[in-house]
Amino acid sequence: MPKLYSGAEIVFKCLEDQKVEHIFGYPGGAVLPIYDELKNHPTIKHILVRHEQGAGHAAEGYARSTGKPGVVLVTSGPGATNVVTALTDAYMDSVPLVCISGQVPTHLIGTDAFQECDTTGITRPCTKHNWLVKDINDLPRIMHEAFEVATTGRPGPVLVDIPKDIQFAKAKYFKPKKEKKLNGKILNKFNQKEIDQLVDLMKKASKPVFYTGGGVINSGPKASELLRELVALTGFPITSTLQGLGAYPGDDNQFLGMLGMHGTYEANNAMHDCDLLINIGARFDDRITGKIDEFSPKSTKVHIDIDPSSINKIVKVDLSIVGDVSDVIKSTTKTLKKKNLNLEKSNKQKISKWWQQIQKWRTKQSLNFINSNKIIKPQHAVQRLYELTKNQDTYITTEVGQHQMWAAQHYKFNKPNRWMTSGGLGTMGYGLPAAIGVQVAHPKKLVVDIAGEASILMTMQEISTAVQYNLPVKIFILNNQYMGMVRQWQELLHEKNYSESYSEALPDFVKLAEAYGCVGIRAESPDELDEKIEEMINIDRPVIFDCHVDQAENCYPMIPSGKPHNQMLLGPKDQEENKITGKGKSLV
Amino acid sequence: MAKSKSAYSTPSKLGKIDTHIIVVWVDNEASVLSRVVGLFSGRGYNIESLAVAEVDHKKNLSRITIVTTGTPQVIEQIVLQLKKLVPVHNVANFKREDKKVIFKEMALLKIVANSIKIKKALNTCKKYNPVILDKTNKSAVIQITALRREIDNMIKNLKPLGLVSASRTGAVAMTRGAEILN
Repeated sequence: MPKLYSGAEIVFKCLEDQKVEHIFGYPGGAVLPIYDELKNHPTIKHILVRHEQGAGHAAEGYARSTGKPGVVLVTSGPGATNVVTALTDAYMDSVPLVCISGQVPTHLIGTDAFQECDTTGITRPCTKHNWLVKDINDLPRIMHEAFEVATTGRPGPVLVDIPKDIQFAKAKYFKPKKEKKLNGKILNKFNQKEIDQLVDLMKKASKPVFYTGGGVINSGPKASELLRELVALTGFPITSTLQGLGAYPGDDNQFLGMLGMHGTYEANNAMHDCDLLINIGARFDDRITGKIDEFSPKSTKVHIDIDPSSINKIVKVDLSIVGDVSDVIKSTTKTLKKKNLNLEKSNKQKISKWWQQIQKWRTKQSLNFINSNKIIKPQHAVQRLYELTKNQDTYITTEVGQHQMWAAQHYKFNKPNRWMTSGGLGTMGYGLPAAIGVQVAHPKKLVVDIAGEASILMTMQEISTAVQYNLPVKIFILNNQYMGMVRQWQELLHEKNYSESYSEALPDFVKLAEAYGCVGIRAESPDELDEKIEEMINIDRPVIFDCHVDQAENCYPMIPSGKPHNQMLLGPKDQEENKITGKGKSLV
Repeated sequence: MAKSKSAYSTPSKLGKIDTHIIVVWVDNEASVLSRVVGLFSGRGYNIESLAVAEVDHKKNLSRITIVTTGTPQVIEQIVLQLKKLVPVHNVANFKREDKKVIFKEMALLKIVANSIKIKKALNTCKKYNPVILDKTNKSAVIQITALRREIDNMIKNLKPLGLVSASRTGAVAMTRGAEILN
């Protein structure tokens, strides 16, 4: 007779077979049998967080920086509800997470038992799929299926809810099978005809642009290499979404910078004026498109995506190619090379006018700002951080707000999986726990969370996790004492009525760092900035860096609400030159 | 209208709204209906009617028939989003005007009236395959099968004849001819 294992043992056997090395979690009554079993599995290291949301974001950071699924373990009731924000975040940004939650024993489900909640009901809209395990014999299958669903197709979070009695019950264990196709959900449906069509469009185009997104990152490091090859081969300009940064080198001449609400002038104008738009692994998010009716009006649109439901969801496209980005790019490059024929040269001539136009836009230098020698400008701080860390393989996470956009604009990424930010959901408090997850996966690398003082306070407690495991994350706070993005919108849209966006009683972050047992550094003037940043980099412990920046700085350029790409609001320098300060504001 | 101050874009012109019948084959498992219905409510799609039952006990398959309205873009999204659900095997989509497909709803109508009125009521329904399921001196339960609008009309017409209660199913669909759906 085959050996019988308890539910808790089966959970760990599955994790081992799925090659899981780290789990992020927080114990509680309904998961105690699983925690009891932890000691018997030395290859799996548990990271104890301080709040379940932190566990979720840490697992997201882990997943994004490695490409492997992040694993979360939480208890029933509040444990599960606390992780909902992180699950939603992962769902919006297509991050593979497997969340295991405890549940009250089967016979108590539905009785409003202590720490009971309808976990599968609550998490249904924020997971790709979830399971309530009611029979121990289903557990091995469900666990393996959970990993399968989380990591295939468009990745995303899943949740397995395991009642406490199931954790004690015994059953046989099965290794993961070569999975049957999940109801046709593994999609690579494109054919050579579509690739030929794409190549044809590329040949005809005189104003083409690549618009790439997080799908390239999710498709693995190989996809980034293939993308670079394709872009070099075609000579086309390329712009990227927030989530796609790093797939293509940020300092390359063919790269136009990020597009969208706070994207560069050249990227957004190229999107507006192009005659061929090739979307690779992006989803026409509303922060990208601006006003839909006037979005890229003159272009033929191509959309390459692994998720068929992304196609024609927001923008109607002329050619859709459903498939894994790497496979599609590979076929495209192959076909291009086969059909042509000295493409590099012929193309470059054809689109040279387009490049001249782009150069003209570039002269606007839309990311410029007026620097100061008295007060630290937040953009300057990010630029200095970039200059002082670019010589090493650095991982950047962010919170959400102005600092996030400045980081995206001024920090140049050269490799995929180095940039972890909450784009879809826009979760303040994401960056610190995400940095912890990244550092767990890459213990020797420099991991910096570019943060705002308001965001960081939302998950501040996780610094305690960093200290416990000696994870030397660097929390680089651009402290302007405001919820900066809220303040900016209030300035531009609500007649400077700064309603509740100023934090009156901020903690002393240096003392706070010391209280947590890590290192606090403060920078207040531009001349001490470099020295202090270097000090931060050289400390092999967690650091909170309190960088006092200009309180009134706004994040430019920006596309005001309801405006198309070619009606951007540029920074103060440009506004002065063109005397549109007043008019520019009424545009919004 | 005041100028929008929202950071979100303003709604653009809506397309033409059509009625569609969506047929979904799903694993007959716990919470599968809530996944399907939750998708509709979560993404703001309409459900006009819903019919669901197991159709293949051996394969553990249920068939859900949903009548919905939306622009062509919304309908396309509904189908694609449904296909992403793990327990969903297949999705079929028909326009209500589609001649190749039969749609039917069933209604049970309780008439409380004297026998003359009941007879009249039965006569009114005669186009819709009326079956008397129960009859007493002063009441009758009539089953009819028809289209939604026809049943709407029947209910209106039967009110003066003593209709006191109506119970209706959602629409179910089947293709004409030898062609099969799944």
